[in-house]
Amino acid sequence: MTDAGDVKTLIIDDREVSALRGQTILEVARENGIDIPTLCHVNGLGDVGACRMCLVEIKGTSKLQPACVTTIYESMEVSTNTERLQKHRRTILELLFAERNHICSVCVANGHCELQSLAQQQGLTHVRLPYRNPDLHVDGSHERYTIDHNRCILCTRCVRVCAEIEGAHVWDVMGRGINSMIISDLNNPWGESSCTRCGKCVQVCPTGALFDKSKVGDAHPKYPDFLPYLNLMREAK
Amino acid sequence: MSQTITIDPVTRLEGHGKITIHLNEQGQVSDAHFHVTQVRGFERFSEGRPFYEMPSLMARICGICPVSHLIASAKACEAIMSVRIPHAAAQLRRMLNLAQMVQSHALSFFHLSSPDLLLGLDSDPAKRHIFGVAAGYPELGRAGIGLRRFGQHIIELLGNKRIHPGWVVPGGVTEPLAPAKRDEILSLLPEAYANIQLALDAYKKTFASFRSEADVFANFPSLFLSLVHEDDSIELTDGTLKLIDAKGSVVEEGITAHRFTEVIGEAVEPYSYTKFAYYKPLGYPDGSYRVGPLARLNIVKSMGTPRAEKELAEFKQIADGPVQSSFYYHHARLVEILYGIEKIEQILSDPLILDKHVRATAGVNRLEGAGIAEAPRGTLMHNYKVDENGLIVWANLVIATGQNNNAMNRGVLQAARHYIKDGKFTEGILNRVEAVVRTFDPCLSCSSHAFGQMPLQITLMASTGEVLDTVTRS
Repeated sequence: MTDAGDVKTLIIDDREVSALRGQTILEVARENGIDIPTLCHVNGLGDVGACRMCLVEIKGTSKLQPACVTTIYESMEVSTNTERLQKHRRTILELLFAERNHICSVCVANGHCELQSLAQQQGLTHVRLPYRNPDLHVDGSHERYTIDHNRCILCTRCVRVCAEIEGAHVWDVMGRGINSMIISDLNNPWGESSCTRCGKCVQVCPTGALFDKSKVGDAHPKYPDFLPYLNLMREAK
Repeated sequence: MSQTITIDPVTRLEGHGKITIHLNEQGQVSDAHFHVTQVRGFERFSEGRPFYEMPSLMARICGICPVSHLIASAKACEAIMSVRIPHAAAQLRRMLNLAQMVQSHALSFFHLSSPDLLLGLDSDPAKRHIFGVAAGYPELGRAGIGLRRFGQHIIELLGNKRIHPGWVVPGGVTEPLAPAKRDEILSLLPEAYANIQLALDAYKKTFASFRSEADVFANFPSLFLSLVHEDDSIELTDGTLKLIDAKGSVVEEGITAHRFTEVIGEAVEPYSYTKFAYYKPLGYPDGSYRVGPLARLNIVKSMGTPRAEKELAEFKQIADGPVQSSFYYHHARLVEILYGIEKIEQILSDPLILDKHVRATAGVNRLEGAGIAEAPRGTLMHNYKVDENGLIVWANLVIATGQNNNAMNRGVLQAARHYIKDGKFTEGILNRVEAVVRTFDPCLSCSSHAFGQMPLQITLMASTGEVLDTVTRS
């Protein structure tokens, strides 16, 4: 039963909303039909605040906060779509596009990519930064799937789904900053790793970094919606 | 004093190139070159990519003939996978290739060359374009645009996109043909037949005034190469390679894709980024050959469709043996459009065309694979090597324009020698030199797949290297 003290009232984008103690700004906003763009967040997985797309403004502090990991409090005033935030979001997207090789036209995820649709939604028409064009390898050693590091945005969804849901923890992150790379096991080829071949990482990958070899050449939609149900069924057990 | 004439850029071509004509001290043409001036680098940057990405990657070489690259690339991938694709997939791809053949040939004939043929090689250059044709010959203008639309629309119906459809994949195609789409394609046929008939009639009527050009537009004996069906009828998507000599005798036949490197070599000249393909046993440049519509009609013995069969019989009357003048590429292109429409109709009547089995799957079963298809401009070969994980370690493409490169250069020299006397020339004469290249309908962006940018220019150069005149068109 919910204690009356657990119910908080706050303002998001000039709207008074109520929420439960411990909820994040993102959860409350989405419950109330207020859209905050996200990339690393996916329903059913723990949040890490990696992509910074969901940054919001909170009255009383000049520091922007990621909505996915910031919990609400009584009388909080949140703005989710100011000009400043829009500018930051576009810049983050530009940085992502400039960092690796996101060539949509020849990507398996073209038309089904969260990075691509977010860029369209945020009105990103140009990347003002010079492209780094790194020469990153493609690991095709797995029997069923491929990882193309050129398309990876380091959202760590694959790392989290493998550790939290599958319980295998094959994926992790190696290196720091711009040199970070997703690795399987202790940086072994994917095909020689302890991978259980469940394919969850492929389904939650927001871009064409992880894909099914049998789906190339045309539409490769991803279906990450299974996660909340999977969690629900496990909890019910 | 010797001179060089430069035509830069050469207009109404796909891609960018220039022509230089060298004159000796007497003002006579001593040499001429057709230069392809862009570099694009596809063979290099595909290295490290998964082989199954190659069709969609390689299709980006060209917006006119992406289908040819899709098919040749998918076939090379299928050689790596060692699979034979389902019948329906093969038929659907064949139809896609034919649709592209129709639209590309319509682009070449109507948009790029009909201004020369209908308005005249000496007509006002300011009006010598498709809009000029549409103004002077509205029915033909509409027919040309209609035929392009016909081909492009079929490509869109099958592949969901007009340009670079992702539907062709290693192993077949991604989705079967829906009955509604089949019916829509069938409904497009009557108008397409009427349009091509109009074009054939107009070409035959106007040809009489181009006999002198036909004599000097790359008119020389050469070898001819194309894919053919096992019964020697025309085959644009499957089949094996056949090479004939200038008299029509068979030099090579039954060459399958994995054997093409045994007979085809590529030479490099310092003045062009496009390679020069040749028949290995004869060496370069003696083994140079021609590909494309003219080569195909010279090689095949039948078209396999009733109306195109009659047109082929008429085409074969032009010469005793293979037709040598490249001017007849225009004629051959129109016959192939007719064939394309008829063959699409035939394919749609295949009882298995709606079959749901359209894709074979497999992993890496061979470390090298080659695939060949007939592109609108001629034979197209893709050859890949992969590692155990299916990542490309080496790729080589032999493009139709590279195979016609030597003939285009010879043709430019032949026409320049014929028309330029005593260092004198007019705009109409330079347009004739350009028109020689246009007969081949070269695709310079495809041929320079190996890095880049630029449209065609002509330079007249003195024997001292002094540039006497340059014609540049922007």
